[in-house]
Amino acid sequence: MVKKKKLGNLKGFAIQFLPFSEIRYLESDERMRKILGIVLGNNILFLQGRLKPEEESRLIGDTMAMIGHVKGFKGIELAVIAGNGNSGFFGKMKSGMVRALSGGDLGAITIVGPATIVKEIKRNPKKIELLLSR
Amino acid sequence: MAIKIFKNFFKRIFGTLFRNKKDIKLGFYGPPNAGKTSLANRICKDFTGEEIGSVSNVPHETRNVQFKEKVEIDFKGKKMVFKMIDTPGIATKIDYEEFLKFKVKKGEAKKRAKEATQGVIESIKWLDDMDIVVVVLDVTENPYNQVNITIIGNLVARKIPVLIVANKIDKKKAKIKKIEAAFPEYDVVGISAKYGKNLEEFYESIFKLSKKL
Repeated sequence: MVKKKKLGNLKGFAIQFLPFSEIRYLESDERMRKILGIVLGNNILFLQGRLKPEEESRLIGDTMAMIGHVKGFKGIELAVIAGNGNSGFFGKMKSGMVRALSGGDLGAITIVGPATIVKEIKRNPKKIELLLSR
Repeated sequence: MAIKIFKNFFKRIFGTLFRNKKDIKLGFYGPPNAGKTSLANRICKDFTGEEIGSVSNVPHETRNVQFKEKVEIDFKGKKMVFKMIDTPGIATKIDYEEFLKFKVKKGEAKKRAKEATQGVIESIKWLDDMDIVVVVLDVTENPYNQVNITIIGNLVARKIPVLIVANKIDKKKAKIKKIEAAFPEYDVVGISAKYGKNLEEFYESIFKLSKKL
């Protein structure tokens, strides 16, 4: 007889998609506030595009500062899914121009989730897996 | 007007002279437990006889930025003076319960977690002050970790030269090619900080990067 694996109850959470247009004209402070507001509300955020490198590191720093101050908060899981960048000189120039015109890398997706819900984001060049906590 | 031109001329001449005399700030960045302090210790011990900090298998052993000034590295007859800056491992989450698995007592684990979060913030703040950064990765771990990508992205944005070190090549599970495939645009040097393996290639790469400054 095959033993069926029981699924545990997942803690309440929601997945929220945020188009880049929602943050395009926001200053870094406002972007952080918006993202943290979503994540602290027990949501997994799928953001179209990606943040600037300094905003990514700031997001890590800001969330670190919240550990111990926001009840039950243990940090975030973060992943940016973008092209592999092996598109050659003209490909890079083209994507650079598109990025400059649109204000961001719209082909990328940034995933941010609270560590209490997202246990791990496993990635390799072929796939990305979101492992959730029970 | 003439005084201003004269002043600017001297400022430029002396500024260049003194800038060249400053030690090169060499930072060690990476995720926790990759071997940043082990590598910094190995270099400091070889050239100054002293270590920079303590090493442990418990993650976040380094929770403050540690320095060693005036480390003169002598490699193949060439000498360069560095200020070594060993930083706490950068992570996106820290849970004190993780430390309990290493038989750390609850009170101590909570304290360690609090200090570790401060350490991450400190590491990020220090990014602006580096001349060269060595990103130390554990060769047995998956390199496609967002922390690694974010660190390197920040260094590129700040135009800071980067050397990727694939540490722990002495381990059976070591897969240096995985790191090379993940970061094809960078030099990757495989070493074992613990056993001092392949450090010649590491020094050669550091000297090469230093010349570009």
